[in-house]
Amino acid sequence: MLDMLKWLPENVSTYGGEIDHLFYIIYYITGVGFLLVAVGMVAFLIMYRQREGRRATYLHGNTAIEVTWTVVTAVIFIVLALMSQPLWGRVKQQVPPSNFQLRVTAKQFNWEIVYPGPDGKFDTADDLMMNNEMYVPVNRVIHVFLASKDVIHSFFLPHLRLKQDTVPGRVIQAWFEATKPGRYEIPCAELCGFGHSGMKGWLTVYSPEEYEKWMKQQWPRS
Amino acid sequence: MSEAGGVHAAHAAHGHHEALGFWRTYVFSTDHKMIGRQFFFLGLFMLVIGGLLAMLMRWQLGWPERPVPGLAWVPEPFMIEGIIPPETYNSLFTMHATIMIFFAVMPIMIGCFGNFLIPLMIGARDMAFPVLNMLSFWTGALGGVVMLAGFFVPGGHAAGGWTAYAPLTAKAVYTGVDWGQNLWNISLIIIGFSSLMGAINYITTIINMRAPGMTWFRLPLVIWSLFITSILLLLALPVFTAALAMLLSDRMLGSHFFLPEGGGEPLLWQHLFWFFGHPEVYVLVLPAMGVTSDVLSTFSRKPIFGYRAMAMSMISIGFLSWVVWGHHMFISGMNPVLGNAFMMSTMVIAVPSAIKTFNWLGTLWGGSIRFTTPMLNALAFVMIFVIGGLSGVFMASTPVDIFIHDTYFIVAHFHYVVAGIVFGMFAAIYYWFPKMFGRMMNETLGKIHFCLTFTFFNATFFPMHFLGVAGHMRRIWNPLQYEFLQPLQGMNQFISVSAFLLALSQVPFVINLVWGLCAGKKAAENPWHANTLEWAAPSPPPHGNWGETIPSVHHGPYEYSVPNMAEDYLPQHQPLAVPAAAAH
Repeated sequence: MLDMLKWLPENVSTYGGEIDHLFYIIYYITGVGFLLVAVGMVAFLIMYRQREGRRATYLHGNTAIEVTWTVVTAVIFIVLALMSQPLWGRVKQQVPPSNFQLRVTAKQFNWEIVYPGPDGKFDTADDLMMNNEMYVPVNRVIHVFLASKDVIHSFFLPHLRLKQDTVPGRVIQAWFEATKPGRYEIPCAELCGFGHSGMKGWLTVYSPEEYEKWMKQQWPRS
Repeated sequence: MSEAGGVHAAHAAHGHHEALGFWRTYVFSTDHKMIGRQFFFLGLFMLVIGGLLAMLMRWQLGWPERPVPGLAWVPEPFMIEGIIPPETYNSLFTMHATIMIFFAVMPIMIGCFGNFLIPLMIGARDMAFPVLNMLSFWTGALGGVVMLAGFFVPGGHAAGGWTAYAPLTAKAVYTGVDWGQNLWNISLIIIGFSSLMGAINYITTIINMRAPGMTWFRLPLVIWSLFITSILLLLALPVFTAALAMLLSDRMLGSHFFLPEGGGEPLLWQHLFWFFGHPEVYVLVLPAMGVTSDVLSTFSRKPIFGYRAMAMSMISIGFLSWVVWGHHMFISGMNPVLGNAFMMSTMVIAVPSAIKTFNWLGTLWGGSIRFTTPMLNALAFVMIFVIGGLSGVFMASTPVDIFIHDTYFIVAHFHYVVAGIVFGMFAAIYYWFPKMFGRMMNETLGKIHFCLTFTFFNATFFPMHFLGVAGHMRRIWNPLQYEFLQPLQGMNQFISVSAFLLALSQVPFVINLVWGLCAGKKAAENPWHANTLEWAAPSPPPHGNWGETIPSVHHGPYEYSVPNMAEDYLPQHQPLAVPAAAAH
């Protein structure tokens, strides 16, 4: 019960482990902070409860102590921000190159997933559109171009630690690399209307061989 | 005019009070104390409504698509034979948040206690603009009526979340809600004017009408908190009101501020909303921090630890609250470079909050602590705020936020911060009830109420962290629609049962309130042996607050347990010679 992060869904992406690691670091730091305050408060409440013949200490503060705890907390928080920054950059800014690209267009209340087909190019005759079904090979960087036809949705892959809003009028690039074959849900994480609950798709991660087989089924003539 | 002359002229203007009839005493009153009581009852009424909406949500989450017991009579389309459909569920959480924030917490913490306490604690006879004050309440009440009217229009009430993200809320077709959303916008514009009037009044009163000797650094911290809150409201509300008007214009006049097909920008709404919305969080929580500081010091019988640091940390929260709004938008599609800047400012704003916590602990250290009901609630506020503050660190860290954004982890976090304000609110009610109504509340009932509330508050909101870590999205109508959430259903039911018990835990409070109003023991002038000026006035204070002369202030507000004094408190107006070191 104490280990809250045991509740995390299994991680199956390359950067998910790093996010979980940071999650744990913050969990331990805040956990220690909470225990210090809680134990301190309970101890003070017991030690300094009202008793006959004892008077409270007449004290307005202590500059040295106040400066110390201000500096210590400031340093901890700023270090946390500095630790978070590189990982944020790796997930959101430094997209690794890949020629595997998918378009995901959200609409009330589906994910439209467009595959460029064997020619690798969008807007050609061999494009394939599927509702709510995404198939990718394992261990391959996947670029996803997110858009929306109506309202804001949010493309959420809990098992891959990926979440990105889709905004009408914009195309937003996201990426992931799955590390384990399987089927994973793709819920919408941003309120998008009366059908928001239940708006979901499935990501199927195939081994390279299975993926080849799937490709053959979809594009038999290539 | 010299400052002293100004103060006296202002006091003289409020000095004459004749006997007034029923309407002008109880309904269209200009007396800050009556207006405070009006806000109090308005807020409590809306708190009940907001709470009941939450109960319906918890029923649906615990037992999805099962009929709510006893509600089979509710007509379609709001309910279908007692079952809550998704459209109604979306209205429930939208209105739960809207009502709790704008019509429960703000009226009680700012409307009621701001009005009641500011003139009494600074030694004024009333607010600077009593008629404006009356207008502020009645404008707010009108806003409340418009908001409640939304429940009865075709299409149901607003269902786009209290954050009302466009374009979902910018076109009726996206939610199926037509006039519900329009009334939501109109009501919030109206109540924005109400809050603006209040803010202008509070700021003017605190700057101009402090009693002789009441310097800035002799102000009680609750007054500091209300002062900073008022400034935040004054600066944030015009932005929000403008955004609401733009959204209404998109809905009704065919403009495209937030609609991309006409060249609009959906993210603009989020920027405007959160530029208001984040200072708004501090608007909600600062008064509870102020109350907590006063109550902790009084019942520890000890000066507040680090008074100036406490005031300064509130001032710095006030400044920093303007540069953190982007942390609500890390995954919105906003440029990720901005994420770094907002992460840093968010980490920095945690520092003044931490300082406040340490100072509260420092106040307890070496005290002589009385476990009265207000004290228990103030202590609970500190603990709950610590949890809410620390859970905020997770979402401040941009990579972690990618996962927990829009999950129940966020719901847990903001309930620990914003719903945790109820402990500050209960501390304030139990503490100032004798002054407001001239009678005491029952301590035993108060403690029973506190123990139950504290237990079930944590049983309700703490497990939501676990749901969030497991990836449970917020604002979903039926978690069983997702395979990865199905194993969490037991936890959802546990939370729902706890929430029902949390609601039932308020029964002793209601009994205590009614009993206290009707039959409570008559309150003495200063039942808690506290220092601040309001305790120098009769309980309840008459119109005009003070007799012939305004009290003069000789010390800071927290001179408890001064050495070489028989009593362990030294009221601010009491001109006793004290050791030089104590002259704060």
